[in-house]
Amino acid sequence: MSATNRNRLSAGGLIDRNQTRGFSFDGTRHRGYAGDTLASALLANGVRLVGRSFKYHRPRGIFSAGAEEPNALVELRTGARREPNTRATVTELYDGLEATSQNRWPSLALDALSLNRFLAPFLGAGFYYKTFMWPAAFWEKVYEPIIRRAAGLGRAALEEDPDHYEKATAFCDVLVIGAGPAGLMAALTAARSGARVILADEDFLPGGGLNAEAGDVDRQPAPAFAAGIAAELASLPNVRVMTRTSVFGVYDGGTYGALERVSDHLAVPAPFQPRQRLWRIVARRAVLAAGATERPIVFGGNDRPGVMLAGAVGTYVQRHAVLPGRNIALFANNDGAWRDMLAAQAAGAHVETIVDVRAEVAPELIAAAQAKGIRVLKGAQVIATHGRTLRSLEVATASGTERIAADTLAVSGGWSPCVHLTCHHGGKPAWNEDIAAFVPGTCPPGLSVAGAAKGILGLGACLRDGAETGAESARALGFTVPAHEVPEVADAAFALTPFWHVEGSKGAAFVDLQNDVTAKDVGIAHKEGFRSVELLKRYTTLGMATDQGRTSNVTGLAIMASLTGASIPETGTTIFRPPYTPVSMGALAGHHRGKDFRPVRLTPTHEWARAQGAVFIETGAWLRAQYFPRAGEKDWLETVTREVTAVRASVGLIDVSTFGKIDLQGRDVGAFLDRVYINGFAALAVGKARYGVMLREDGLVMDDGTTARLSPEHYVMTTTTANAAKVFQHLEFCLQVLWPELDVALSSISEQWAQIAIAGPRARDVLARVADGDVSNAALPFMGAVEGTVMDGVKARLFRLSFSGELGFEIAVPARHGAALAQALMQAGETFGITPYGIEALGVMRIEKGHVSGSELSGQTTAGDLGFGRMASTKKDYIGRTMAARPGLADPDRPAFVGFRPVDLSRRLRAGAHFLNRGAAPETANDQGYMTSVAYSPHLGHWIGLGLITRGPERLGERVRAYDPVRGEEIEVEICAPGFIDPEGVRLRG
Amino acid sequence: MRIPCPYCGERDAHEFSYLGDATLTRPDPAAADAEQAFHDYVYLRDNPAGAHEEWWYHANGCRQWLRVTRDTRTHAISGAAPARKSGEPA
Amino acid sequence: MRYSFLSILANGLSGQKGWTPTWRDAAPKPGYDVIIVGGGGHGLATAYYLAKVHGIRNVAVIEKSVIGSGNAGRNTTIIRSNYLLPGNEPFYEWSMKLWEGLEQELNYNAMVSQRGILNLFHSDAQRDAYARRGNAMRLAGVDSKLMDKAGVRAMYPFLNFDNARFPIQGGLLQARAGTARHDAVVWGYARGADRLGVDIVQNCEVTGFLREGDAIVGVETSRGDIRAGKVAVAVAGSSSRVAAMAGLRLPMESHVLQAFVSEGLKPMVDGVITFGAGHFYISQSDKGGLVFGGDIDGYNSYAQRGNLPVIEDVCEGGMALMPRIGRLRLLRHWGGIMDMSMDGSPIIDRTPVPGLYLNAGWCYGGFKATPASGWCFAHLLATGAPHDTAGAFRLDRFRTGHLIDEKGVGAQPNLH
Repeated sequence: MSATNRNRLSAGGLIDRNQTRGFSFDGTRHRGYAGDTLASALLANGVRLVGRSFKYHRPRGIFSAGAEEPNALVELRTGARREPNTRATVTELYDGLEATSQNRWPSLALDALSLNRFLAPFLGAGFYYKTFMWPAAFWEKVYEPIIRRAAGLGRAALEEDPDHYEKATAFCDVLVIGAGPAGLMAALTAARSGARVILADEDFLPGGGLNAEAGDVDRQPAPAFAAGIAAELASLPNVRVMTRTSVFGVYDGGTYGALERVSDHLAVPAPFQPRQRLWRIVARRAVLAAGATERPIVFGGNDRPGVMLAGAVGTYVQRHAVLPGRNIALFANNDGAWRDMLAAQAAGAHVETIVDVRAEVAPELIAAAQAKGIRVLKGAQVIATHGRTLRSLEVATASGTERIAADTLAVSGGWSPCVHLTCHHGGKPAWNEDIAAFVPGTCPPGLSVAGAAKGILGLGACLRDGAETGAESARALGFTVPAHEVPEVADAAFALTPFWHVEGSKGAAFVDLQNDVTAKDVGIAHKEGFRSVELLKRYTTLGMATDQGRTSNVTGLAIMASLTGASIPETGTTIFRPPYTPVSMGALAGHHRGKDFRPVRLTPTHEWARAQGAVFIETGAWLRAQYFPRAGEKDWLETVTREVTAVRASVGLIDVSTFGKIDLQGRDVGAFLDRVYINGFAALAVGKARYGVMLREDGLVMDDGTTARLSPEHYVMTTTTANAAKVFQHLEFCLQVLWPELDVALSSISEQWAQIAIAGPRARDVLARVADGDVSNAALPFMGAVEGTVMDGVKARLFRLSFSGELGFEIAVPARHGAALAQALMQAGETFGITPYGIEALGVMRIEKGHVSGSELSGQTTAGDLGFGRMASTKKDYIGRTMAARPGLADPDRPAFVGFRPVDLSRRLRAGAHFLNRGAAPETANDQGYMTSVAYSPHLGHWIGLGLITRGPERLGERVRAYDPVRGEEIEVEICAPGFIDPEGVRLRG
Repeated sequence: MRIPCPYCGERDAHEFSYLGDATLTRPDPAAADAEQAFHDYVYLRDNPAGAHEEWWYHANGCRQWLRVTRDTRTHAISGAAPARKSGEPA
Repeated sequence: MRYSFLSILANGLSGQKGWTPTWRDAAPKPGYDVIIVGGGGHGLATAYYLAKVHGIRNVAVIEKSVIGSGNAGRNTTIIRSNYLLPGNEPFYEWSMKLWEGLEQELNYNAMVSQRGILNLFHSDAQRDAYARRGNAMRLAGVDSKLMDKAGVRAMYPFLNFDNARFPIQGGLLQARAGTARHDAVVWGYARGADRLGVDIVQNCEVTGFLREGDAIVGVETSRGDIRAGKVAVAVAGSSSRVAAMAGLRLPMESHVLQAFVSEGLKPMVDGVITFGAGHFYISQSDKGGLVFGGDIDGYNSYAQRGNLPVIEDVCEGGMALMPRIGRLRLLRHWGGIMDMSMDGSPIIDRTPVPGLYLNAGWCYGGFKATPASGWCFAHLLATGAPHDTAGAFRLDRFRTGHLIDEKGVGAQPNLH
């Protein structure tokens, strides 16, 4: 172990010195305490170099103490749990934590690509747009692979994430975002009114800036004050305090996205606990109290490890009892940073020098500094830094340049309110001259901003503003807010002189530390005309890194403004896009991954089919039996051939419950069906079913199916499996919107009824043994539909329908009886060798019979294309009729539905092959159509196909080529009528 | 986005499916200009930037078609009414 | 200034002092031969080819904001020509050919990178549909390759093959497809057009049309009236609004499409992959970010942002396909406004209003079309006749029924 915690103060801080936390960085073991972040623990152990920059691979150290961190990105954890680009500054230390530096090779100290710094003069903004173009083929082969390997930051895990994620939804009256001084007070006042409050904070410890505050609030140390309020809130039944929870986005209707890090402070999640939880919080009002982010001043060498935001120095000293360095200097333009240093000094840090760009600084500050032995340089600027990690600074003063020793340089250029969430609905922040920062502009509906996020700098003012904003939010919802007392804290004046960039400083001066964008790059963008803020960002990549430019956007804008001579607000605003901080993909996906990606729908006979040895296949959301292999069958084709042969020779059964089933009742159902089907239904007799085709209003085929009339005002419709929901929605639209005057009520009964088809010459014999009533040809003729009972009293609907071309029935029973029906049919059919068949065999038989199915109902075909032209009634209006008459849809040259057989009957056909006339060149102009469906026909002993080919029905007997280059095949096929079996329909009427 | 369903109360928009412009009326198919009228009905849209009356179907709820008024610039919803007016059969 | 290795060397040595504006920020002149409304990729490419191919250089591109601030900079940068229908495929292949020579043509590195697009399929029916498409591509002279599961596994071993709700069965590969750096395409065309004399007028919003009788003879703008022989509109999601100023209703709705980028990572996804069992596609930029997207949000919108259900849906698809990305983080998401046409295919045509030309309806596929869209729109403007490869993109096809509906979902834009 290293000299543990050599930079740790012996007392103070919000750490628990009794709870040590062992961790490692780049393989070296260290120790920290509960209450540390990885960054504070690294600093405590004297680790100053933590990463390499994106482009030039420059050594980088910890720069901040929060989510704005641009430098200290590490790979956290190992193996399948490796998390690249993790900010050490917000990573709660846990026992056994392993972190590794990234974007370096072979090691952090000796990074080969740091040689890029010698090329830096040539690698300015946008250099890659101007070169790497010769020769053209070199881009993919040479230049780009090198660039891709050099770019990127951390490495993704190689294996599946082993942890689980959850999603949850919460509702509240007031959502308070941020548990700093303003947020705590806002939550408290809102909560005391009785409003349902959610207080969310990204930190593991509520309090925000109070936890780094040296002074007292309400006669107690600031952190204790924060803890007291948090405890009161947690005790209230109408409040939920969510720590480790980042509200990352504002969506419509008062919906906020939030990420709760349930287990990220543990080595692995506890059993049955998720790693993270995605929250959708629906809030009637929200208070944004996200605080403000300090921003640096840009100067030469400002990226050297040891250069750190002044507020971060304060946080490490006060909250973590860590000295970021032994000898601290400050470079600032404002009073707040002075106070941070004075407080740090009081807590045990050694601050030797304060460099302030201002010529005039409040005398009491100067006196306070000098009283503590701090040297003050006014009107001075840091122009360079030295050391592998920081050893000294060069400071230009009125009297010349001097070199000052320091191992830590605290920098402060002022504060930028965290306006991020206010921009998520397109609101643009407004420039506030007083604090030289962007403050919230138009906010999303229901969102108010409080405290530092609003541009209020000063603890007392933030407490007051938080209380008032919380009260206002509750009042706006009709709650009565009791009188509330706000602790008095005297705020010192906030004095700041805007200052952005030390011109003429030595060495590269970085604006965006993570993306290595320098002040000179902003200059290039200016010269080349990329002056508006959007163009500046895109051209230089300023603000596009994982920190979204929290510490760089305003500075970049200010430098551009100084070059153009325009003001900062004239130059542009900084807009932040969601998420506020990056959100893991796992959390956004939740449980929807692997086999649980989407729900599975099972048919009522699923378990029965499984017991029969079925192989299942995904068809949309359904799992359906694909086929039922038997021992000794060598492949699926042998199985399917057996199933088809058995049906055509005797009898088989299949579950067809997946078809959409719609119940229609009312006086006007017949008239309604007439309007939605192309063919007539008004004359359909009770006890009969009819096949129908529906169009979309644009005239193309939407779906097909049968509708049966069970009683004068009661019909049931079936749709295809794929279009079940779509057709139901369409029918509801027709009824509710187009023809509300019709007396029709619809109900989807797909889930309520199991439906099993039996087919084959013995189908009636089987049915007779199961049905309670007469199922003779006279009682139940072809296309008959009756209600009755089966299995001694189970309510049933019997339909005499055939998809296979054989004598066929469909038996519908309430879903709970589906499996029993299957068993009863199996038993009844045993003597006939009844064979369960799957959807492959179903498909083979429908192709043999020449029925259209999903491949033909592609949404690109007309009724005419599919051979339904003569079905279309000319005596009535129906959905799609008018538009179907357009010349493009009525064109006789359109590909139309026919059958195909290979000329050489030993050849296999392939769906997706295109048709070319014999001798025609393979080019688009000669494309005649394509094969929609194919099957090996056991009945015929060769492959057959269905397809669409130009003027197909006029070309029966003609030979064309089925062109299938993606599978390396081209064979001759003969066009034939689409019915390959029993074209007269003798079997199904038998 | 949350839709105030008149039957179910306010619900997240993902329970609904969307069809678009609710100001269109299906033309009279027997009219002389039916072809032109249907072309306009099926294909042409005002597509306004601002208030938009539109059809949403509460597929995972009451299965009613709702006429929702929503601002396409802000997604703010100002109302939702059933397609079927009261008095008509439900 | 011509960009070259030498220009970079010289400027590097001179402290980057010699660079000049990439394009002039022009003030509008009183009149032009052609005014192009919309300074996105399509508008700028149109201006470039008008000047370069047809010698029509008295041209202005009018942009309400800065160039490339709309969909040109909000897309997922994919280029491909793997279309099914004969109305589309030759056009997109022409675009691909223009991409292949674009950087040398423009002397600007748009990082056109042909690392391939793989469309995965998960069922026999999907396989056959992709076979149909792959064969249609071959008929049009375009590369396509139908891959089986083993082939896909060899290319992308980290996809979820073994524990999937919808197992991968294979994919259709177009090896010549890939990505390009979207902003660079805009800047490259702007620079090229500018050098040929085209005026690029930024921060100039069109507020109306100048008319003489029925004809349009110019535009009213926030910077004054500008006359033109022809006015060409290429404003994507704003098409209906601009057309309304001319009294036209279009077969179009504006919808929001979200796009996503992760934090930067070392290379892990080489080409473009599309998931066939959900709404998810992904590539990785040269900078290292995973760039991904899914379906449109599904409702009319002019707000350039979307909502959580689609964000979640996209990430669910991502995790279902690539379970190793669970601990990677979404860095940013944003929305663009798509000009969703009623059949999912574009329009490059003259309008019924004399003098007014329309380039619109690109749905979420406009970026890949940029070069050919510019080429064909310029051809139409210069010659008065549609270009051979864009002959199907007519405005009256909805009247005649010659629809180009790749997905077969009909006149419902949110399903395309």
